[in-house]
Amino acid sequence: MAKLQGRIVVDTEKCKGCGVCIPACPFDVIALADNVNSKGFHYAYMKNPEACTGCVNCALVCPDAVIQVYRKKATA
Amino acid sequence: MGELKLMKGNEAIAEAAIRDGADGYFGYPITPQSEVIEYLAAQQPEERTGMVLLQAESELASINMIYGAAGSGKKVMTSSSSPGVSLKQEGISYIAGAELPCLVLNVVRGGPGLGTIQPSQSDYFQSTKGGGHGDYHLIVLAPASVQEMYDFVELGFDLAFKYRNPAMILSDGAIGQMMEKVEIGEQKPRMTEQQIKEKYPWATTGKTPDRERNIITSLELDSAKMEKFNEKLVEKYRTIKENEVRYEEIQCEDADYLLVAYGTSSRICEKTVEMARQEGIKLGLLRPITLFPFPSQRLAEYAQKVKGIMSVEMSSGQMVEDVKLAVESRVQVEHYGRMGGIVPSAEEVLQALKQKFL
Amino acid sequence: MAEQQQQLTSEDIIQEENLVFDRTQLLTDNVFHYCPGCGHGVAHRLIMEVVEELEVQDKAIGIAPVGCSVLAYNYMDIDMQEAAHGRAPALATGIKRTMPDKYVFTYQGDGDLAAIGTAETIHACNRGENVAIFFINNGIYGMTGGQMAPTTLEKMKSSTTPYGRNIKQMGNPLKITELVAELPGTYYVTRQAVHKPGAVRKAKKAIKKAFEYQKLEKGLSFVEIVINCNSGWKMEPVDANKWMDENFLPYYPLGDIKVPEKK
Repeated sequence: MAKLQGRIVVDTEKCKGCGVCIPACPFDVIALADNVNSKGFHYAYMKNPEACTGCVNCALVCPDAVIQVYRKKATA
Repeated sequence: MGELKLMKGNEAIAEAAIRDGADGYFGYPITPQSEVIEYLAAQQPEERTGMVLLQAESELASINMIYGAAGSGKKVMTSSSSPGVSLKQEGISYIAGAELPCLVLNVVRGGPGLGTIQPSQSDYFQSTKGGGHGDYHLIVLAPASVQEMYDFVELGFDLAFKYRNPAMILSDGAIGQMMEKVEIGEQKPRMTEQQIKEKYPWATTGKTPDRERNIITSLELDSAKMEKFNEKLVEKYRTIKENEVRYEEIQCEDADYLLVAYGTSSRICEKTVEMARQEGIKLGLLRPITLFPFPSQRLAEYAQKVKGIMSVEMSSGQMVEDVKLAVESRVQVEHYGRMGGIVPSAEEVLQALKQKFL
Repeated sequence: MAEQQQQLTSEDIIQEENLVFDRTQLLTDNVFHYCPGCGHGVAHRLIMEVVEELEVQDKAIGIAPVGCSVLAYNYMDIDMQEAAHGRAPALATGIKRTMPDKYVFTYQGDGDLAAIGTAETIHACNRGENVAIFFINNGIYGMTGGQMAPTTLEKMKSSTTPYGRNIKQMGNPLKITELVAELPGTYYVTRQAVHKPGAVRKAKKAIKKAFEYQKLEKGLSFVEIVINCNSGWKMEPVDANKWMDENFLPYYPLGDIKVPEKK
């Protein structure tokens, strides 16, 4: 049985750290970084990347269109 | 010689719009200019040339329909009378700010407020000094006959597109309503979309891969850039002043005294000149055809030659301020006007001239 | 029992061929000036995704309003015009009437569309202009600093209703979307949101219909999109979306209000 594994790539310089992606994620993958970008925003990052399925929910709700989503089938 | 037709001034405007290949008219009825939209409706311009005709829900909406279509490079016009033109001022300011070409007809009636439906020239300030908010000018044409109502549609559109600036035909209730013989021009074709794209590359016709997106806006939040834009407008108005001044001179060569009048007033003043000449008074008439740009230079030249200048207007005295600015106190300048929709007679103008100067 | 899964590395997954979501090319590279968490960005993105998918960039003309989205033309890579406050439907009318083959839309906030531009809105809808209106409702005037909008809820606080909107004094929150649905000129009227993944998917479908229906020449498509104004509401973005679910959406329920009759 194949399982989908995903990763997101956040444009950290453009992310405003609004956090709207966090509750949109069904697997609690995303958190806001302790670090800030050059504008002072705590940008989003994958605190739990292995749990990501590449479902794109985070990207759908991202108000700044700064999330890219990758998805790959892993075979057993 | 083209076809001759007996027409009302307002009808001549409408026919001229169709024949000049206009793409659209968006208006709202108001006395004394409703014949413009009524004539168009009867003519079915969609059938004749494909020209769009729409009665909007308000003057505000109609001028903003003009904004949209003009932004796409279309040749569009609206018309109204004084209270309605006040409502259009917001849109006109945006159109001037976005540097779009369009034609606005004002068939002036007396004011302020709802005023009267009778002819007046009391919108001179509004028309020539901007009218809405911000630093801008319209190109203002003042017809004195039904023929000029017809001819100035083409001229107005041409100037509007040449300078990417709104143009206004400043008429009045008398010229809008009067009937005269008009020589009608040939039907010109409307421009195709391809022609518009080539001639007006700034127009919003849909972004194609060969160019950047076009943005029509009057907004600039950066003060330094906004000032640059204001300066660009000032430069444009200076060019218009240099190149587009139009006026007519009647018996001015040997004149001791000069009347300055436009539109309906100028027709009356022509008669006054005749009457004065019969009495041995050397009177001339300078009729500005463009009110912006104003024939200031020419008036300044007359200030060296004549003994007195009288501005005759159907207002409390608006154009007289531009006459005074032009002559810079080198000669006595007076004003004679009637208001409330009353048109002065040639006799009373002559009487006023005698009282003020002789 | 679950089988032992192969655990892929980031390098395995982050490859061009595995890309399943990317920013549409029809959004410019400019960073949205909107506040963090504001739904305007999602609405902008969805409209541009639809224009891209329908391949109508060369036929799309958008009208920006006055309000927070006054600079919408900085982000959408299509020809656009910037209207005076409330007049966008009149501009759209002028464009569409003289160029009927274009896809014309307005993008307007609640103050622009439902207060100062009410007449233009109602009459464009009533004439059945073949354009789309995207109506962004956040219940407040965002750009000018959070004043009461026609859509502000009863008892909701704003900078001009600091003690809450008093219906007796300020009138009722206006459901203009329900109102325009009553007009024979509207073909499709719906209310959507963009704060949750499912809502975003539905909103995009609605936006797509609003574009596609223009070809039918059967009237105006009106898509309301409810978004938060977390700055104006004085909440964190995530809390604002929660508050929207609990307070705003019960008064402005999501879903289609008028759909084309099936024949």
